[in-house]
Amino acid sequence: MANAPPSTLLDEALDGKGAAVFSTSPAAGGRMILVEDCVETSGAFVVHHLLKRCLSPHSSDVVVFLSFAHPFSHYDRILRKMHTAATSSVEQKRRKGWRSRDQGKTSEDVFIALFGEIQKAVELSLSHAGRQHITVVIDDVSLMEVDANGSSNLVLDFLHYCYSLTAQFGCSLITLNHDDVYSNEDRPGLLLKLEYLADVVIKVEPLSTGLASDVHGQLTVSNKGIHEGSGKSRNKVHNFHFRIKDSSVEYFYPGSKT
Amino acid sequence: MEWNEMSISKSIPVPLIGQSDYMALLNSELVFSRNFSAASSTAPPAPGLKHGPNGTMFLSSGIPDLDKILGGGGWFTTNLLFYASSAKDPRGFLGTLPNPMVSKDDKSRVHETEQEKGLRIAWQYKKYFGEHNSESQRDGKSEYCSNFDLRKPLERHFFSGQRIDCVSLKESADLATFQEHCSAQTPRYYHYNGNISGGHIAIQSLCSPQCEFSNKMEMSPVKDMFTCRRSGDACFYQISEKFGQIVKCCSSYNLCAFACFNSLLQKLQHLADTLVSVKAIPDEDKELAKLLTGYQDMVGLLSVHKVARINTQVPAILEATTFSMKLQKRRSLILECLNQAP
Repeated sequence: MANAPPSTLLDEALDGKGAAVFSTSPAAGGRMILVEDCVETSGAFVVHHLLKRCLSPHSSDVVVFLSFAHPFSHYDRILRKMHTAATSSVEQKRRKGWRSRDQGKTSEDVFIALFGEIQKAVELSLSHAGRQHITVVIDDVSLMEVDANGSSNLVLDFLHYCYSLTAQFGCSLITLNHDDVYSNEDRPGLLLKLEYLADVVIKVEPLSTGLASDVHGQLTVSNKGIHEGSGKSRNKVHNFHFRIKDSSVEYFYPGSKT
Repeated sequence: MEWNEMSISKSIPVPLIGQSDYMALLNSELVFSRNFSAASSTAPPAPGLKHGPNGTMFLSSGIPDLDKILGGGGWFTTNLLFYASSAKDPRGFLGTLPNPMVSKDDKSRVHETEQEKGLRIAWQYKKYFGEHNSESQRDGKSEYCSNFDLRKPLERHFFSGQRIDCVSLKESADLATFQEHCSAQTPRYYHYNGNISGGHIAIQSLCSPQCEFSNKMEMSPVKDMFTCRRSGDACFYQISEKFGQIVKCCSSYNLCAFACFNSLLQKLQHLADTLVSVKAIPDEDKELAKLLTGYQDMVGLLSVHKVARINTQVPAILEATTFSMKLQKRRSLILECLNQAP
């Protein structure tokens, strides 16, 4: 499998036009990507897509994965279906995961210990394998809140610490959160702060016309940091539809599907 | 049309209350799955369990039509049930559920598979036989399903057995004790007769005012249930009709009375593999009568919001998500797909 996977609209929206493969050493250090979804349309496939990019044979990324939503076997199966080549690299690469299920500790202790482990893992893989790019994936933030007994401040602190890794070690941070969980709050503090921190916000929504079997929903990618040749950066918003398949996801502009 | 108005106006016939409770109890959850090893996937599953795609296992709802929609298939009596409610004596409620239907056809179905039958019955007779039985035999899944007679209450021996555990939530501060109870009891039943056996964890009226913890606006119920599901291997939790209603109100038709629960419920909805809601249908609504054929016979509407998808990222898109509930011969519940949903 020497061929690079074909670039999709999502990749282009993330990396700017013409970037076929996820660049292994982003020029401006790590980025934070926030994926937002809702009950009607799950955004899990975006996380899978990003995971696949990190674990593809063309990148030397190390993934630190925090799963609150599913057992790891679930991701393994999906990655296997998405790309057979990904499987081997999944095994070669180091994947770490924790579930904060320790008894007799306060949530704060658990979160501090959890961050300690992430930091250790990041430092370890940087010292061992030279200059590798590390991606921290959190699936998902709202369940993390559940583990924190509903304290969004604790979660926010934790995410801030994780975010500091992007500057310190050039890590990337990918988080999934559910938009509609906060829809009835007066001040959806956590979500707004996450959106503020994130370099890229990917919003997954159902079509306004309802569910259809050939279009599963629409994606809005707001990229705050597209760097142009002259060193300027500007906001860019991409909007397109998607259709999820077992092995891949089709992305297309509205009306362009034959 | 405003939904919250509708749900107040119609009084549901008595049997349906039992059935809708029952649906929520035995059905609304239902599809749970696990990754079984290759060895176990070749062996025939225990009654009430069915192998699905992507290495998953389905546990049924008990209503054939709903199983067809959601991909389950089910057998009532052999499954393990943990049942919790805010009532003082939760077991009392089980007596209001409908009784499984035992007909002569059922008896023969229990012991035979479709193929065995096919071998024994010459094809021209099979044709008539099939016609006669078509109601319960669609897709050849009949051996997994129990039918229920809404006119008869559940016989005592079904719910007084050892395989049903009832816990009252009236004075518990959270679901932790219930969860511990489930995890402690599960291994005892898990390998039932050497087979992997399925089970349900049912929690009724999770958000009712009687459940103290629901008022705390805490995440603990979600957290507890989440761990319940993970720890109780073949089990999963179920949520009651009452809860189903609240979910309904919050999901698509915001009802301010329940708004305070919204964040909790949204989290639950994200957590759930399958999300189903039951709605009442208003009496004597002329507009609706014009819109829906067979309006007179309808007792309620069932909406399917989410269908379980495990080990795959492809969402399940149903042709229709709203179904009308009707009673057939006043004793069994059937679901019919609605082309025009109100």
